[in-house]
This record gives sequence, C-alpha cells and structure tokens, in this order.
Amino acid sequence: MERIRMVFSGSGGQGVITAAIIIAEAAVLHENLVAVQSQSYGAEARGGSTRSDVLISDTEINFPKVTHPNLLVCLTQEAYNKFSPIIRPGGFLITDTRYVKTHKKVAARQRELPLYQTVMDEIGKPVVLNICMLGAVIGMIEIVRPESIMKVIETRIPPGLIDINRKALELGIKLGKPFKG
Amino acid sequence: MAIKDYIRERFFPHMWCPGCGHGIVLNGLIRAVEELGINKNDIVMVSGIGCSSRISGYLDFHTLHTIHGRALPFATGIKMSRPELNLLVPMGDGDALAIGGNHFIHAARRNIDMTAIVMNNRIYGMTGGQYSPLSGYGTLATTAPYTNIDHSFDVVKLAAAAGATFVARSTAYHVQQLTDVIKQAITHKGFSVVEILSQCPTYFGRKNKEGSAVDMMERMKDITTPIGSKAKKENPDLIERGVFVNEDKPEYCSEYNKIIERAMKGN
Amino acid sequence: MNEKIIKFVQGNEACVEAALYAGLNFFAGYPITPSTEIAETLSARLPQTGGKFVQMEDEIASMCAIIGASLTGNKVMTATSGPGFSLMQEALGYAVMAEIPCVIVNVQRGGPSTGNPTHVSQGDVNQARWGTHGDHAIITLTASNHQDVFSITVDAFNMAETYRTPVILLFDEVIGHMRERLVMPEKGELPLVERLKTSVKRGVDYHPYLPREDGRLPMSDFGGIHRYNVTGLFHDMWGFPSSDPAIVHGLLRHLADKIMNNENSIARYKEYFLEDARTILISYGSSARSALHVVKNRRARGESLGLLELQTLWPFPADIVREKCEDAKCVIVVEMNMGQVLQQVKAAVDNPEKVFLANRIDGVLINPTDIRNIMRLIQGKGV
Repeated sequence: MERIRMVFSGSGGQGVITAAIIIAEAAVLHENLVAVQSQSYGAEARGGSTRSDVLISDTEINFPKVTHPNLLVCLTQEAYNKFSPIIRPGGFLITDTRYVKTHKKVAARQRELPLYQTVMDEIGKPVVLNICMLGAVIGMIEIVRPESIMKVIETRIPPGLIDINRKALELGIKLGKPFKG
Repeated sequence: MAIKDYIRERFFPHMWCPGCGHGIVLNGLIRAVEELGINKNDIVMVSGIGCSSRISGYLDFHTLHTIHGRALPFATGIKMSRPELNLLVPMGDGDALAIGGNHFIHAARRNIDMTAIVMNNRIYGMTGGQYSPLSGYGTLATTAPYTNIDHSFDVVKLAAAAGATFVARSTAYHVQQLTDVIKQAITHKGFSVVEILSQCPTYFGRKNKEGSAVDMMERMKDITTPIGSKAKKENPDLIERGVFVNEDKPEYCSEYNKIIERAMKGN
Repeated sequence: MNEKIIKFVQGNEACVEAALYAGLNFFAGYPITPSTEIAETLSARLPQTGGKFVQMEDEIASMCAIIGASLTGNKVMTATSGPGFSLMQEALGYAVMAEIPCVIVNVQRGGPSTGNPTHVSQGDVNQARWGTHGDHAIITLTASNHQDVFSITVDAFNMAETYRTPVILLFDEVIGHMRERLVMPEKGELPLVERLKTSVKRGVDYHPYLPREDGRLPMSDFGGIHRYNVTGLFHDMWGFPSSDPAIVHGLLRHLADKIMNNENSIARYKEYFLEDARTILISYGSSARSALHVVKNRRARGESLGLLELQTLWPFPADIVREKCEDAKCVIVVEMNMGQVLQQVKAAVDNPEKVFLANRIDGVLINPTDIRNIMRLIQGKGV
C-alpha cells in the first residue's frame, strides 16, 4: 500500500488529537497496519492551535512526523492558514464550512464539508464533531474500516455515548464518500 | 535494657564539642525508646547533614545518614515501604527549616507517621557558626558580623500551621520533659514535631556572649515556661514548653492502603 | 502459544509497562513536561498491584524518596525532565556513593533553564554523565522506538540491581509522546535480575559494604533483620564514615571500576548495513529514526551507508564505536544538541577528522532532509 501521511489540525478542545489517536490506534490494533501518531504541544489545553500527525503504512515507519501530508484536516481558519501550504500536491484537504473560508491558491483537492452543521442538525451535540470528521476521512480514503474505529471508541467512552459516536461516524462517511479518491 | 545497649560504643567518643546540648538529646531519646520498650530492630533513624545529624551513627538502630535537608523525603520512602517501622528523624535547625524547610512543611501536611526532632541550637555548628533560620533578629554569627536582620521561624506555629498532628517543645535543660514529649511523639500516629532547644557554647554562645554551657542551660530555664503558665501572662516574651498540638487526623500510609484497596477492586 | 497483547501507546507508557514488568513497586515523582504521563499512569497502575506511588513536593524529594524505598528492598523509579533532572543531581550522587539500585527517567526537552518545555532535545547527555559532583561512573541508556523503550527499561532495572547503581534512562520528547505499537513481552520472555540478598543470618553481623569474592555487595533489606548504617560520606565495610585515605581511594576506585570494567556487558547498540558502509551515521533516541530513514532510502539506491544506533550512552562504548568505524571514510553523528556524543565519537575513533556532526538544536526533530543536506555539505556538494 501507499504510505498515508495525515495531519489533523484545529483548535484545542475540538478533539482533533483524540481523532488522530483513534484512527492510528484502529489501524494498529484492528487492521494489522503500522501507524505512528504524534502531536505538537503548546502550553494551553484549550484554545490555541493544535496539530497531530499520523502515518499509516504496511511497513516500518521510522521518521515519525509528517512533512507533506496527503491528507490534511483543518478545523479552524488559523489552522488552514498555517498548514494548507504544506499539503502534498493532489492531496485531500478537508475543511469545515462553518469554521474555514478556503482560497484557490492551494494545489490540492479541497473538500469543504458541512461537518459542524450536520452534527448539530442530526445529533445536536458538537462534542462528536471530531468523530464525524474521522468518518469523512475514512469515507474518502478507505484506510481503516468503520467498525475498527468503533472498536477503539468503545474502549474510550462511557457506554451511553457510543450511539451518538456511531451516528457521527456514519454521517461523516456519508459526507466523505462522494469524494472517494 | 541498659542505655549502652542502644549505642554503638565502637563509634564513641562522639564528635560533639564539650558542653554541646546534643548529647543530652541523645540521652533523652534513648530513655524515651527504652521506657516505651520498643525493639531496636523496629526503629529506623534517618538524618541529614550537620552536627545534629551525626546522632544516627551513634545509635544501634537502622540508621540512614543522608544529605543536607532531605532526611524527611528519604524517611518518607522508607515509611511508605515499611509502615510498621518507627521512623525517627533528628534534624538541626538549618537542616530542618532552611534547606529542608519545604520537605518539613510537606511531610507535616501529609501527616505521615514519623517523629521529627528539631535540635535547635540556633546556629550552623558544623560549618563554623553561621546564622540559621532560628538564630533570630539581632544575634551575631560569622555571617552576621554586624547583626542578624533575619527574623526567625516559630517552629511550633510553623509545624502546626503545616498540619503536624503532634507538636511539642522542650529544652536540653528540662531532661525529664524532653524524654516525656519524645515518648508521646513516638507513640502518636501521624507527623510529630518535637523542637528541643539545645545549646551550642562553641559558636552561638561565644558569638552572642551567653557564657558557658552551664550558663546557657540556666538561661533555658529562665526564658521558658510551661504552656499557659501564670508567668507567661506576666511576661509574654517567655517561650512556652509542652505539648501544643495533639490531634487525630488520617495518617498518610493508612490512607494509601485504602487507595491500594480501591485500586485492586477497580474503582 | 497465547496471542501476544498489542498496545498502541506513548513512549512514556511503554516505559511504564516495562517498569512494571521488571517489578517496579515504588515510584516518587513531580509533574514536569514531557515526562508527566509516566507519573500519571503509575499513579493508577502501581496501587493495583500493591505498589506505592507518591507525588512529592519537588524532584529533590522524589529522588530521595526512591532511594529510601529502594533500601527497604523495592524496585524503584522516578521520572522527570531537564529542570527536575538538575534538581535530582545531589541525591543521584548519594545513590552512587551508597550504591542504591534505582532508575531515573529523563524525558529530554530543550534547555538550559525552562528552555523549550514541549519540544524535543538531546541536550542532557553530558549532564547524565557528569551532573552530580565528584568522580563517579554511571550507566545511561536510551532507545528510539517503543519496543526498544520496553526492553531497555527492563535492562535498566536489571543493571541497577546487578551493579548496585542508579541507572539513567535518557529518552526524549518525541519518543516520550509519540504513539506506536508495543507488543507486550510475555512473563519470562525477558530475563529479570532480582536483588542480590545477603545470606548472613539474623543475629550475625552483616557488613553492608563488604564485597563477596566476585566483587558484588549483597544487600539486606533496610529495616529488616540486620541493623546497619548507610551514609553519603566515604565509608568502611560497616557503612561508617571514614576519611582514611586508603578507604577513600579504595571506595572511589570500586565505584568507578564496577561499571567501567563492565563496559562491554553494559553496551547496547543496534547496527544497520555496517558491513560495507563507507559512510556511517551514529545516532540514538528519536534522531536515530531519522537517520535510519535516510540509511534505508540511500541503501535502496545502492549507496553504501550504514547506521550505528547507540542504546548505551554511558559508559560510552568507545571500543565498539572504534571497531565499527574502522573502515568508514566518513562518520556522521546525528543528534539534537551541539555535539555531546560527537565529542565521544571523536575521542573513540582513530581519525577524529573524519567525524562530522549533523544536528538540530531548535526544538524540532531533525528530519531526513536535514541529514541529507548536511551530508551533501560534508561531501562538498552544497545543498
């Protein structure tokens, strides 16, 4: 397989780092793939710009950071402005229509998705935005199966919240699938 | 058992100066242990650095002579590992309250079961007479040749405020009381502090013209009084002796055992 | 055979898993980035097995507490980062002098001072060697991936017991925080060294510092059946202070020799494509991952490049470095400091002028492009 290099970015509290950990963990524990996840830390736990890198491959990964992602997620304008220039030409750039205004100067497949709007309309709880985003990611590049993502989520959250997470994941997949590449 | 059964005779004579109060504290400590009938093998003594800290070498207990100011954290590691042992931690005033001040208040705060004995001679003796946090305003020392402008701690108030559940004070002059409060401190379950005023004729006495060891001990009698005495009301400058704090509060190692129970049950 | 347990964890958690595997039952620490996950994880895990965790008032106290706990017979550890490691140095020296087994983890961040707390560095290599005062020897180990973090942590506990000494695990922010796969070794798969205890019976004098014929010093659990003295002063076989020149000389010699004479058994390293390598990269920790990336890429193109990855940093495996680099035209040390291992490599090899540095000191993990560019500069090709 081709090595997948992903960067998840947004602001602290949006759950982008958690999402990155979930997809990488799902790849390792349930898809028998190799994955490495890392993140850049700031002093702030909430607010501020956050970034997490994930590499997924079927061979050993040595250098653990992503220089030029072939999939980049930006959930804030700040993250978009900062990271959109590093995308690999032709890569996927996923943004949320509510948070990010894109421009045309990016040589990538820009996919503006109404993630937030969909989550609010269908579930009403913004806390699962990150899981909806993961759904869009695996809808576009089928690197990890939805049930693998769910298996990881189930170990991390109380049973009462599993259903809305599953729903968010499915909504995301629906949003991402048309752009499958 | 006889007193000499508690000491390591091989390492005598001790290194303290003639007239030093620390030998009296050693004696009072041994009497306290003897009267309580505690097996030598059940006592761990942990000390830091300074004249007072050498006490550990002379006693036939499990003895750990550590680094300056840190006796209490070493003792914490031992006590948490072997809560059934009696921990005695003799310290000097600089050892306990300058370099070790942070450990002192935090050990008190945790209420970990051990007995801290502050042998307060108001000076750094081993390094040759520099002022300590207990020398007091207006005293003289080799590093305060003009006069000391540092105010001193009140060990009793400090220990009580930090959460020690047994706090007492006595002096090298009042040997019976000294033995008695050490006994109570050892028996108390929780962090106990005993401040013992001890004389250093070599440095503090000489620098501050307090005369011989005998003069300094006489002075201890004159400037102290039992807690709540009539004399104290008439002369507020007198330093009180006795037991200031004696209360029950959950002890650290017992509480940690409850944590272990919870963790093992998975909640 | 049972299927192995696979985990997806941070390097800090891999270190915890290994410490518990090795028998850790006492940890004292103080929160500091980027090592904090070690304390957090152990606060939950240790009491589940009856072990003890305590958050002390600072790193000085943490180091002292683990020494006390080790004396009573526990396997102990503390974890910290730059500023906290500085605070531990005096008590670390006590553990060297009194010969107390213990493991100190330093997950390195940028320094000096508060420095660059959430970013990677490898600037504490020399501090690990010489941070505490006085002549002494020390063991320092490191690793570049989580499987190796696991095995090297177990090694650290084993060496601490074998040599009665503190062992430093010098990880870095990238290794500590990144997540990757860890295959949990089964019980018995990795050998464990337990404490060597005295056979001296109760009621018979035990000399804590009287070596056996093989030079090792059996211990008696402090607070147990033997009463003895332990001190940070130079001491005789009883553990009592002495300034007798013969005793001082003998003890200092012993403290150094017990480690320096075992340099080869303490040395841990990995080698990649060294047999015919004309250019050898030497690296360790997270920077070795970037170096390995470069080596594999260049090998695929037919270039004769190799990597020597050091896992033992102290005592520095000079013999191994000399031998491995003998036929190389060029040796490039890849590290994230101003050349701390470089100095050791230059001292080890026959031709120090063929040794170069490829480094980054800006808090960013050195990447394969950095290394390639520096290699081009060294070869006179420009970037």
